[in-house]
Amino acid sequence: MTSPLLSIAGLSAISDRDGGASILRDISLTLERGEVRGLVGESGAGKSTIAKALLGILPRSVRITNGSILFESRDLLTLSARELRDIMGSEISLIPQDPQTALNPGRRIEAQLTDGLRLQRGMSSGDARRRALKLLEEVHIRDPERVLRAYPHELSGGMRQRILIAAAFALEPKLVVADEPTTALDVTVQKQILRLIRGLQEAHGTAVIFVTHDLGVVAQICDSVTLLYAGKVIEDGRTSDVLAHPRHIYTKSLISAGPRYDRPNAGLTPVPQAVFEQLRREIGIPEGGR
Amino acid sequence: MIAVSILNRLIMAAITLFGVAVIVFVLLRVVPGDPIAMMISPGASPADIAALRAHYGLDASLATQFWLWLKSVLIGDFGTSISLKRDVLSLLGERLPATLELAFAALVLAVLLGGSVAIIGTLARRTIFEPVIDSLNGLFLAVPDFVWALALVLVLGVLFPLFPLSGRIDPSIDAQFATPFYLIESLVTFRFGIFADICAHMVMLVLALGLPLAAIIARVLKAALSEAMVQDYILLAKLKGMSELRLVLQEALRNAVGPTIALTGVQFTFLIGGTVIVERIFAYPGIGNMAIDAVINRDLPLIQGLVLVFGALFILVNLAVDLLVAAFNPRLAHG
Amino acid sequence: MAEVTSPAMPRPSSRMAKRVRALLSEPKVIFGGGFILILLILAIFAPYIAPKDPLEQDLMSGTLPPAWIEGSDPGFLLGTDDLGRDVLSRAIFGTRIALTVAFVAAGLAALIGTLLGLLAGWYGSWIDKVISRLVDIWMAFPPVLLSILLVAVFGSGVHSVIAAVVIIDWTRFCRVVRSETQAQARMDYVTAAHTIGFSRARILFSEILPNVTPVLIALVSLEMGIAVIVEAILSFVGLSVSSDTPTWGGMIAEGRQMIYQGWWVLVVPLIALFATVLAFNQLGDGLRRALDPVMRR
Repeated sequence: MTSPLLSIAGLSAISDRDGGASILRDISLTLERGEVRGLVGESGAGKSTIAKALLGILPRSVRITNGSILFESRDLLTLSARELRDIMGSEISLIPQDPQTALNPGRRIEAQLTDGLRLQRGMSSGDARRRALKLLEEVHIRDPERVLRAYPHELSGGMRQRILIAAAFALEPKLVVADEPTTALDVTVQKQILRLIRGLQEAHGTAVIFVTHDLGVVAQICDSVTLLYAGKVIEDGRTSDVLAHPRHIYTKSLISAGPRYDRPNAGLTPVPQAVFEQLRREIGIPEGGR
Repeated sequence: MIAVSILNRLIMAAITLFGVAVIVFVLLRVVPGDPIAMMISPGASPADIAALRAHYGLDASLATQFWLWLKSVLIGDFGTSISLKRDVLSLLGERLPATLELAFAALVLAVLLGGSVAIIGTLARRTIFEPVIDSLNGLFLAVPDFVWALALVLVLGVLFPLFPLSGRIDPSIDAQFATPFYLIESLVTFRFGIFADICAHMVMLVLALGLPLAAIIARVLKAALSEAMVQDYILLAKLKGMSELRLVLQEALRNAVGPTIALTGVQFTFLIGGTVIVERIFAYPGIGNMAIDAVINRDLPLIQGLVLVFGALFILVNLAVDLLVAAFNPRLAHG
Repeated sequence: MAEVTSPAMPRPSSRMAKRVRALLSEPKVIFGGGFILILLILAIFAPYIAPKDPLEQDLMSGTLPPAWIEGSDPGFLLGTDDLGRDVLSRAIFGTRIALTVAFVAAGLAALIGTLLGLLAGWYGSWIDKVISRLVDIWMAFPPVLLSILLVAVFGSGVHSVIAAVVIIDWTRFCRVVRSETQAQARMDYVTAAHTIGFSRARILFSEILPNVTPVLIALVSLEMGIAVIVEAILSFVGLSVSSDTPTWGGMIAEGRQMIYQGWWVLVVPLIALFATVLAFNQLGDGLRRALDPVMRR
């Protein structure tokens, strides 16, 4: 059995700002090469925190108190800044949430796309440019020549997100962290982007951690899923298994809470308060606390 | 488009210059203090005085005087200086280059020094060095060019006499210059000894003029850089594996320069205005120094010529600033 | 987990108290303001505080160094100039001119500039165009040259120095107040006032002006520093008050002449000048921070 690509074990973190409140409670999950795992939870469940810890960009107010993040058997939490710099961009990359602000408004697309290629792979600008054109074609951008010459404000949100996806896959990383990449997009564009990510992931054999609050997205493209609440893993397994046979009542309520487009008159059933109370008891959160 | 807006601005500039000319013209003639009275010898008869007045055209009505003056200016005749008895245009032509060399040297110093401090300050974000840099900067901000000039006179001129305290070039040097741009010409013709001497004469003035601007540039640019560094695209660039230095120089700087120029461009016009007093303190033969004497002597033609020159300089600087700001903002430049 | 409770609106008097507390907790305000206060006391009580008569010449005690240097006279703590006048006393009396110009000139410039800025920013259209064009032309003059010109025009004296500063620098206030007014005009409370039926003039003075005031106060402090400098430059060039009245600029000019014989004559007023401008700058900076709700964290 080859060891997993990513192995998070016993990760716990607290927030200095909220007086030591727990943000992550003993998180453990694994990711194999080429696997797409969804990291699901409502706001504040801890999914973004895990992603940030993985990328080494936790805010200063968050402190890791326990655990390890093993990427190819190296604990990312113990690496120096320089070692992390070598890994980021070439072995682990990010697809950010907001395409509006993630691109430098003062630089042309070509420069931003070829950054990593020239920096980490030492490519010449000519080679990097050709590779960038090919990347743009891979994300189905028509007229890639024009796009390369353009500035971000000249392009639509959907196009910008495609460029960001292209940039994420540019160096053929082993792991891509997708941080709610479809949240800022129109619904019509969302499905295209999801399909695009899945297609690229399969073609390059890249593993993906997909952070989202939407179980529907998970159902579409994730092989496996980890469900979080208040910093604790509630459910974990293959997507088909979890959706068909959820073990925890919270999961069950979430699944039935989702809008059923095939039964438009069925209405919406929110997660019952009792479920939250049970969750809090299980996790050990005091009344009115975190 | 860009061309249209430039044309627009030039027209505005011309109108502004015209307004400046009118105001000064009127102001000077409404003024107490008679230039003629200042240059006559005692015992001159009223007829002589009247003749002199007519010679300088000061006996006609205000409107007529202005009209005559305007016409001659447009063909390049700025009149004759009453106190220096020479053609105003050639006087200006002699002394303006000296001041220009000073102003641009000071600008270069300010940009390099202020820029470096801003970049270092940004790299020192959230370390103990940052408040130190900010406080020092605050101190420098409080010192105007006038005070710098005098302090430098004290320290570098008297205490440790490193540099000459007056003039533009050592009077014992017999340098034949083809142009009034001594600094540039001596460099370009490889006369390094002379170049060094001129530099020595300019050092304290350039410091006095440039340090205040440097402090302002440092403060504004650092603020703009710090603002840029918290943007999402910086985070993303960092995740591509870029070092902190590269992040500041390659990613953040270009977005911080535009707002910086917008805020500090006007300060450069103050620098030009500052040459008036700084040149005086160092007895430097530029237009600033000449201006003070011109005012004290009520030398109307010279004052008018000087005000036009200063006004034109200011307007050109404002124009250049506007263009630079547009150049650095892709949204404005490329629509 | 999250319970939304809206805080009750603070009463006006406690808002003011909070503002004053914020002001006093800012170190720059304390140091800058404190120094200015000391200067004020020096200026008002100069005849009682200064050890000697600033105009009294004692040619026997000419060019004496400060008390800690050999060859000095302890009666003249900071030395004397070539006419035997006490440098310390002259410097103390110099605060009078400096502060008079600072407060009056900055105040007047603020008044004029603010009024025009409010009008331009609020009423817009041709009023704005005219005022803005005026400001542009005005700012095309080199300030120092203009001030020299004006003082030459009006003749020497404190009033002309003040007039010169006001005429030059009102534009600074106008620009800032104008843009601040425009920014405030876009806010919701202004729209609300409209719908209640307040007249335009009333909105301008009773709603917008109080919100422009913090920025204004900080700018006034800065302007006072500038006024002091301009006065010093003018008296340096010999265009300010008559040469008898001691001014820092005049002392600096005299000191420049005798810099080799007695450097203290130049250094003392120079330091006084620098410290005063620094104090005004710090005060302005601190005021801006303390009164700006955005910057207060």
